[in-house]
Amino acid sequence: MLINKKVKMCQFDNQIILSIRNLKSTIKMIQVNQLIKNYNGTTVLNIENLEIPKGQSFGLVGNNGAGKTTFFSLLLDLIQPSKGSIHNNNIQVNTSENWKSFTGSFLDESFLIGYLTPEEYFYFIGDLRNQNKADVDALLAQHEEFFNGEILKNKKYLRDLSKGNQKKVGIIATLIGNPEVIILDEPFANLDPTTVSRLKKIIKDLADNPNVTVLVSSHDLQHTVEVCDRIVALNKGEIVKDIKTSKETLQELESFFAV
Amino acid sequence: MIKKFIYLEWKAFIRSASFGKNLTMKIIIGFLMIYFSLIFIGMGVGAFYVLKDMKLEPLVTINKFLIYYFLFDLIIRLLLQSIPVLNIKPLLVLPFKKPTIVHFSLGKTVLSFFNWVHALFFIPFSVVLILNRYDVVGIVFWHLGIMAIIYINNFLNIILSNIDKLFVVFVVIILALAGAQYYKLFDITTFTTPFFQNFYDIEGVFLIPILVLIVLHAFTFKYFKKNLYLDAGLSVKQDIASTENLTWLNQFGTLGTFLKNDIKLIKRNKRSKTTIFMSFLFLFYGLIFFANSHQPAVMHIFAGIFVSGGFLFVFGQFVPSWDSSYYQLLMTQNVPYRGYITSKWWLIVIATFISTILASFYLFYGWEVYLTIVVGAIYNIGVNSHLVLLGGAFTKTPIDLSNAGGAFGDKKAFNVNAMLLSLPKILLPLALYSIGLYLNNKNLGLGLVAGAGVLGFIFRDKVFSLIEKRYKIEKYSTINAYKQKS
Repeated sequence: MLINKKVKMCQFDNQIILSIRNLKSTIKMIQVNQLIKNYNGTTVLNIENLEIPKGQSFGLVGNNGAGKTTFFSLLLDLIQPSKGSIHNNNIQVNTSENWKSFTGSFLDESFLIGYLTPEEYFYFIGDLRNQNKADVDALLAQHEEFFNGEILKNKKYLRDLSKGNQKKVGIIATLIGNPEVIILDEPFANLDPTTVSRLKKIIKDLADNPNVTVLVSSHDLQHTVEVCDRIVALNKGEIVKDIKTSKETLQELESFFAV
Repeated sequence: MIKKFIYLEWKAFIRSASFGKNLTMKIIIGFLMIYFSLIFIGMGVGAFYVLKDMKLEPLVTINKFLIYYFLFDLIIRLLLQSIPVLNIKPLLVLPFKKPTIVHFSLGKTVLSFFNWVHALFFIPFSVVLILNRYDVVGIVFWHLGIMAIIYINNFLNIILSNIDKLFVVFVVIILALAGAQYYKLFDITTFTTPFFQNFYDIEGVFLIPILVLIVLHAFTFKYFKKNLYLDAGLSVKQDIASTENLTWLNQFGTLGTFLKNDIKLIKRNKRSKTTIFMSFLFLFYGLIFFANSHQPAVMHIFAGIFVSGGFLFVFGQFVPSWDSSYYQLLMTQNVPYRGYITSKWWLIVIATFISTILASFYLFYGWEVYLTIVVGAIYNIGVNSHLVLLGGAFTKTPIDLSNAGGAFGDKKAFNVNAMLLSLPKILLPLALYSIGLYLNNKNLGLGLVAGAGVLGFIFRDKVFSLIEKRYKIEKYSTINAYKQKS
């Protein structure tokens, strides 16, 4: 009788713990509803429903034209949805601009200001995100290894840096001001092998922070699987897979994308 | 093979961002172009009779001025004529012969506006000469000689465009020659007039410029061909960068952040640097009107607007296109549109203010003249600054700042269309001022113009909200247009 009761209590406790956990992981950061993007009658993106909880590291994979960049552009209000909406921390992105203060993003080189030196660029972004020079300097010092001595104090404007080095600048700039949402489009492309492994570490560290939601897109299944808790595969604008990362994930994805 | 090039060019032309988007704009520009063409043709026809009326021998008189005409043409070309760049890089590894690529690139410059515009003057002029019983063969030879010199200028521009600030040298040459002639120290035209006249008088002299042209063409061809490598003519010059913090601007908050950026933008890009030079030239625009009593009084306010408005017209016109290459970045940062627009507005205001102070040398023509300029400045700050920013919401031609290429790079700034578009901004003050003149009260006219400026200044918050709204509406199509590189 007594034992039975204890067991029951235990179950009850467990339930509480479980539900607290659920509660924690169900603070929605990104909420996508009935999102459709059409170009001249062709649907390039059609996402019925997608929720990304706070703290998740979210990987988006797919072939060219699957809609990865389109999705990120919609999320950043750079293009307008044909139908539906995206909420970023309960703010509808195309009606209010308040999401900008906690969202850092780097899609491509058009996010860089070519005539600035890397330092000036970082301070510029810092100014816009209310970070003083010391804050920015601290962040840069943290990532000195990532820069590999090729970025800072190099007497070069951003426009004269190589593609890979430009990417390094863009990626680190998204981290300025401790954003809660970080969006990186194809961060691994154009980087040398050493930098890729350093970048993976940076993204993993971010993913470990329960307050930071990371969204990464890539062609490279292996890299994405390594750094993300959850992987969504897009194909022709639709979600075809949504998996929590496990040992089997890579194989599953590879067999999916194999012809 | 040439067919393939023409095909590429045609596609590039009809698919450029600025083409077809704004049909009304195109039509207006079309009309203005026809208008100016007609003026040129009219000048060609009229020059003969006007000079005859002044009891001058027309051909000799024209020949007298030709040296200045050609020098001036060269300066204009150095400043404005961009070398049409065929998108060369992707062609290098394809089975095109290098000479073909070069021939086509050079051939393209031959068809440039800067060459055929002269025909609008010289052809009617020649026709009128023939109708007036000048020797037909002589005139044809003279015409060929002139054409050859125009094309010599064309190729000179291609070769010389690599040298920075060369046009300044030519400006100095012209000023020196004109000055020397004015003060009767040295008259270049005594040497050049007979030379040009001999095209007509002596058969065969016209072959001299044609020979020069052929040699120059061969030289340009060789020069181009030799430089057709990624690390030579097609390379991008890299500047040595220095970090500037401009910390004194920090006290202005977000505004300061943007001002800092704009200052660097202007300093570090060829295109924007040219605008500073252009706006400096505007300062002297008033000399045409104030130093010349033949101009109608109503044109004074016209000059007043332009003297202080140079920066406004040549830089303000292209807000936000200056930021086109990183517009997406700005759109994802925590930047209120208002802050962005306000900082550009301040930049224009500061530049207008500086121009007004620099223009104080007009006091030499009397305080009334300077007052006109100050009134023009007030109008520029109060009304025109808002108008250019508003117009900017519709400017969707991306500006490629980073374009600082070698021999083939298009490094030329400034587009002629934009100049023409600024005309409406001066019609209103012109109207207000003429009301005053009509009532025989010049000060009333000035007062009306200044009043309009002050009103615009008072309501600037309202106007800013309006502009902000416009920018927001245009946001997506602007981003889309900027994604296309010109």
